[in-house]
Amino acid sequence: MAKHLLKGNEAFAEAAIRAGCEGFFGYPITPSTEFLEHMAKRMPELGRAFVQAESEVAAINMVYGAACTGKRAMTASSSPGISLMMEGISYIAGTEVPAVIINVMRGGPGLGNIAPSQGDYFQMVKGGGHGDYFPIVLAPASVQEAIDQIGLAFDLADKYRSIVHVIADGNIGQMMEPAELPPMRELRKEPPDWAVTGARGRKPRFLSSIYIDPVDQEVTDIRLLRRWMEIEKHEVRYKEHFMKDAEIAVIGFGTAGRVASSAVNLAREEGIKVGLFRPITLAPFPKKEVETISRQVKRILVVEMNTGMMLEDITNIVQGRVPVEFYGRLGGVTPFPDEILDEIRRVRNNPSDNSKYAREEWLDRLENIIQGGG
Amino acid sequence: MPAYGWIEVNERFCKGCELCVEACPKDVIGLDMEHLTSKGYHPAMLIAEGCTGCGICAVICPDAAIQVFREIRKKDRVAVAA
Amino acid sequence: MLTKPADAELIYQRPESLSGVATHYCPGCTHGIAHRLVAEVLDEMGIREKTIGVAPVGCSVFAYKYFFSDYVEAAHGRAPAMATGIKRVLPDRTIYTYQGDGDLASIGMAEIMHAAARGENITVIFINNAIYGMTGGQMAPTTLPGMKTTSSPLGRDVELAGFPIRMAEILANMDGAGYIVRRSLHNPANIRKAKKAIRLAFETQERNLGFSMVELLSSCPTNWKLTPNEALKFVGEHMVPVFPLGDYKVIPEIADLKV
Repeated sequence: MAKHLLKGNEAFAEAAIRAGCEGFFGYPITPSTEFLEHMAKRMPELGRAFVQAESEVAAINMVYGAACTGKRAMTASSSPGISLMMEGISYIAGTEVPAVIINVMRGGPGLGNIAPSQGDYFQMVKGGGHGDYFPIVLAPASVQEAIDQIGLAFDLADKYRSIVHVIADGNIGQMMEPAELPPMRELRKEPPDWAVTGARGRKPRFLSSIYIDPVDQEVTDIRLLRRWMEIEKHEVRYKEHFMKDAEIAVIGFGTAGRVASSAVNLAREEGIKVGLFRPITLAPFPKKEVETISRQVKRILVVEMNTGMMLEDITNIVQGRVPVEFYGRLGGVTPFPDEILDEIRRVRNNPSDNSKYAREEWLDRLENIIQGGG
Repeated sequence: MPAYGWIEVNERFCKGCELCVEACPKDVIGLDMEHLTSKGYHPAMLIAEGCTGCGICAVICPDAAIQVFREIRKKDRVAVAA
Repeated sequence: MLTKPADAELIYQRPESLSGVATHYCPGCTHGIAHRLVAEVLDEMGIREKTIGVAPVGCSVFAYKYFFSDYVEAAHGRAPAMATGIKRVLPDRTIYTYQGDGDLASIGMAEIMHAAARGENITVIFINNAIYGMTGGQMAPTTLPGMKTTSSPLGRDVELAGFPIRMAEILANMDGAGYIVRRSLHNPANIRKAKKAIRLAFETQERNLGFSMVELLSSCPTNWKLTPNEALKFVGEHMVPVFPLGDYKVIPEIADLKV
């Protein structure tokens, strides 16, 4: 199929439809609303379920209901709406039914703004809702990646009866890029053997997340953990550029990773031996790969659009083997390639003396940049 | 007139709540104070003649513990067949 | 010694749509009556095999154990939203929620209002016993003025805690509603009427005539600190005046239905 100029959110919605989404339940919130609007137009055309719910709370519970029937169900929202969904997400995880959730992250905390950010990393990757559960988290960095990852998200969700978050940010949701949509998939005819569809000709089933006896809950939690360990073994995904002979590794995801990629290209032109490592799955995190990198390079620079969340995971994995530095922009500010190029140059020429923690160093530098009008 | 109804109370379900005792229009139901169910309740039982098989006890029973029986009189059968 | 009449025939037994599990409800709790009526209606309409129930949070959180049909468990208050999700992807199944007064009229107020406004073809069984049972007897949105509960120990003071909410009246105003009635479970005559209402509610769904709800005035002997029979009397004497029984919205096709 040929490439077309596609707008992020609309393309993601269409990708979800082609991946066989049969139920979309959402609520308008910038910068994700175009997803809902595209679904409002297309789902009725295809005879599939669409509801604009009264709130994100209602929306996620509609997803929960539809998911229990074995049909592919999803929602799309942005940071404050995702916060409202956390109870429902925990219920879906505890019931072990599949669901796909798109988070087009925006500036926060609180009402924040509608500009792009990556401030939901902890919330997404560490669970976000209550209890012991482990969602899969995918982080696209372009419209094409998002299209591809949404199809992947549904497949992974069904394969592991798991929640899959696809986290973009306002940049990716709003940008227009040449991209290709996949062909329309055929809908599954038979529901999975755990699905609740009306007990015709079989024993009744029930789906619930209640295990009133702690011993039973423990068995469930172990099952969820074991399943997670399988996912960790088989579903890690990432991309690398120029890492082969790199002495400095820049690590970033989503838009931050993409901007860093431009900076890395420019730095290479200046002869700096720098490479980019970009996780696609933030959960399961590419731990082995980052550990290997930490044995190869002299320094790591983590770039994010938050106060250093993936930074903590990377610091954990690196275990002090090499110094880890940080550069971030906050509150909806997107870094430019030249900022990151400056950072790469600084790391190569004047690396920090590591007397302070990476965040403190970075914050001093950032405040200087901001005061200097950067 | 001899009674022509009968009830059987399933001890697995009866909780001795006494709703049937109060509701019975013939006052023929009571709790069996000599006996406890496995859950520790005194189950309901017929304690006197006069059950008409009206089924009101079963209508009010929260545990669906009561089976109701009734003799279908010959004249009623004829009426039904007609 | 009483003996069973020789020619006595079985004329009433447990409905098939009830599973064989003994319920955990308190002795005399009207939940059991409501469950039995729903099961009898599912039997009579022959729809057990295409029914999916949505259990709430509350005393009936284990409702799925007591019905012999597919069931799911909703988060507190969210059953109408969950039911919406299921009905929209499986429109030919019978979907019903079973909710208490906290679940439906407190935390779930938005979900029930919008399900009715959207005219979702689902059926809601609303158990109104003016108190929160499962959590030990706190005030509910339907608690009567002056009624003592653990969170209104001096009696519900309308100056501070407001007035009880009449859900049947409110939802009847929704254009999407097809059948909204209030009945009571406090004596056999009213229980029989309640069963007929539950039947008509499910018939409303069968015919895609809009959102249906039967509000059932119920008792909570344990938290009201009354015997089961005293509790039923309380419903008749004190709850019925505040929550009048009646038909609040009946779409004409259902009004004309003979069952």
